[in-house]
Amino acid sequence: MTPISFALAHSLPEVVLAVGALALLMLGVFRARDGRDWIISECAIAVLGLAFLLLFVGAGPKVVVFDGAFIDDAYGRYMKGLALIGSIVTLLLSLDYMRREKIDLFEFPVLVILATLGMLMLISAQTLISLYLGLELMSLALYVIAAFHRDNVRASEAGLKYFALGALSSGMLLYGASLLYGFAGTVSLQGIAAAINGKANIGVIFGLVFMLAGLSFKMSVVPFHMWTPDVYEGAPTPVTAFFASAAKMAAVAITMRLVVTAFPGVTDQWRQILIFVSILSMALGAFAAIGQTNIKRLMAYSSIGHMGFALVGLAAGTEQGVQGVLVYLSIYLTMTLGTFAAILSMRVGDVYVEKISDLAGLSRTNGTMALFLSAMMLSLAGIPPLAGFFAKWYVFNAAIQAHLYPLAVIGVLMSVVACFYYLRIVKVIYFDEPAPGFERASPAVTAVLIVASLLVVFFSFWPGPLDVAAAAAAKSLF
Amino acid sequence: MPSYLEEYLPLVIFMGVAGFLAAALLIAPFVLAFKAPDTEKLSAYECGFNAFDDARMKFDVRFYLVSLLFIIFDLEVAFLFPWAVAFKDVGLFGFWSMILFLGVLTIGFIYEWRKGALEWD
Amino acid sequence: MNVAAVFFYLFSAIMLASAFMVIAAKNPVHSVLFLILAFVNASGLFLLMGAEFLAMILVVVYVGAVAVLFLFVVMMLDVDFAELKQGFLQYLPLGSVIGIVVAIELLLVMVGFTQSDAALGAGASPIQANVSNTEALGLVLYTKYVYLFQASGLVLLTAMIGAIVLTLRHKPDVKRQVIADQNARTRADAIEIKKAPSRAGV
Repeated sequence: MTPISFALAHSLPEVVLAVGALALLMLGVFRARDGRDWIISECAIAVLGLAFLLLFVGAGPKVVVFDGAFIDDAYGRYMKGLALIGSIVTLLLSLDYMRREKIDLFEFPVLVILATLGMLMLISAQTLISLYLGLELMSLALYVIAAFHRDNVRASEAGLKYFALGALSSGMLLYGASLLYGFAGTVSLQGIAAAINGKANIGVIFGLVFMLAGLSFKMSVVPFHMWTPDVYEGAPTPVTAFFASAAKMAAVAITMRLVVTAFPGVTDQWRQILIFVSILSMALGAFAAIGQTNIKRLMAYSSIGHMGFALVGLAAGTEQGVQGVLVYLSIYLTMTLGTFAAILSMRVGDVYVEKISDLAGLSRTNGTMALFLSAMMLSLAGIPPLAGFFAKWYVFNAAIQAHLYPLAVIGVLMSVVACFYYLRIVKVIYFDEPAPGFERASPAVTAVLIVASLLVVFFSFWPGPLDVAAAAAAKSLF
Repeated sequence: MPSYLEEYLPLVIFMGVAGFLAAALLIAPFVLAFKAPDTEKLSAYECGFNAFDDARMKFDVRFYLVSLLFIIFDLEVAFLFPWAVAFKDVGLFGFWSMILFLGVLTIGFIYEWRKGALEWD
Repeated sequence: MNVAAVFFYLFSAIMLASAFMVIAAKNPVHSVLFLILAFVNASGLFLLMGAEFLAMILVVVYVGAVAVLFLFVVMMLDVDFAELKQGFLQYLPLGSVIGIVVAIELLLVMVGFTQSDAALGAGASPIQANVSNTEALGLVLYTKYVYLFQASGLVLLTAMIGAIVLTLRHKPDVKRQVIADQNARTRADAIEIKKAPSRAGV
């Protein structure tokens, strides 16, 4: 087998996405009438699905290809699976929404595929250059789809804000990367680890800080979260779902890979940063969400808080901690996508509404949706026996095993505070005077909501497979 | 000093002469020219009427689109130079690697053409 | 002090001064022009480091294309810069405190920065004496770094799609030239011969 075909065999999902994006772009521009979506979204779902299936082909021990730029390991495959699920569900959710909002251009699914390709490349990055290129491919496509509703002032504002701050974060990341390269003389993550060799030079610490700051923007954790509420509120709702699901998966995945692969010798240095960031995110997520009236804004603060909880596991810095983060992210992905499916079901007449008060008395107008949405909210709050509880249990357990008791205690306290606003929504749904009922949601949206709810509710009966897969993935990272 | 820098000596001399000439032409009028300042000379028009409006007006976003598309293809061409120089040594693999790169951007170009981004209206 | 060092300080000094002017200039168009000056000097610095290809590309792409793009953007935005500077004094104290902290930190890096033993040896691709800079790039860019090369192609494609999606809009009532339709015209559908009866008017 020649080196290139060997390399391609280990990057099949990426190849499929790249070819798929190009083919669909051509199909769209030649076949779609007036630039409308036609069947491009459906084809894009098929392409992403094929890439997802290819993740299970040829899994084995970790392989580094493309001259050390790209790694294929169980960890990467696990995170790529999550990112691909996020993109597929995003497209499912977008089908009806984009058509009704009259922004169903065929470029949207193509850009989603390109963003997903960027995420996959980011997750597999093994050098600073491939990391940066993956990140830019992802971000560039995300900037565009954030402003996809270009005649809408709020969407344009969201896109512009995201772009300006995203460019700033890329600049910080690049500055950090150049410091690291200057120190180590190599862009390879493993080479950097070898050059550091356990001694924290001031240049290395600065490089680490700047890279983590740049990645924190993408993960939207405090103090780099400022764009999140505005962008989540302004962007079209399926795009918000994409930001909250797939994009976060990729950002957290590369953060974990970076600190574990390139900085194993200076754990104390990055642990401080992560603990700081994690506590602030949990606190902001818990307190700032309380006063929100818009459910998309609320989900923005909720996602900031959840990233804080996920980083608790990474701060532990152990294999168990990484396993905890992987389980956390999987469950968070399910809950987020389910919640956004519910938000996309909130349509009165022809208008999508997004106020929490619009949910009032949902139990009387649409009992099943009320039940499913409440399950999501209770799970996000972390109430046993729903999946969200187990997610938190995994990361806090890892933190306690690593003797980070204060962090675990603060985390538990913050999740109690966060319960308040999730439970408030449940209260609004069940005990308030009914608001106008919602129209029937499209089958795809309903299906996503049902599947996510069932997964969240019945996770505790069958947690084995996720636990095993996450453990194997975490093991391959170290 | 590395030897390749010596090759830039003509450029340095050229810049020096250009800078000297520009500075000389800028400074000479202050010394040599006949001056008779008058406010009327500075008014918008010696005959006719004053400007109604600020001359700085918003440009159409289409200019921006054209120049962005130009930059993208400019960068694509930038990638061609080292390829052309090292063409004999990169082999068949290097050749097809570039063809693939060009293919991706050609698809972009076809997209752009079909969308009508190359037309002004 | 040799000639290269003189040019290094010349380029660096002009570059720093013009970079400062980019943010200090009142007129945004002047800012862009100073930015161009900074780019040209950066290209000079690249040249001194032996990165000849990058130096020339910087001139071609940044000075030739990106600066023009910036000019269009500045003219498109129609920002009242006097108004933008209204809040300047208000944010000055906090901003200067943060600025000073960052400056001290950066000084620390400059003073305390050392390279690892591995980095002092050689870079990823050591420079060979008999190969020109452009050729050295060409030798690795398309083969060794093929993955990164193709990835940058996709980034460019995404930028292209993004620019078109966000800015292109066609006016509906503009008559466009359709060359295919022009060529497909036959005599039969272009002219119609009518027999007008004489003395009857049309």
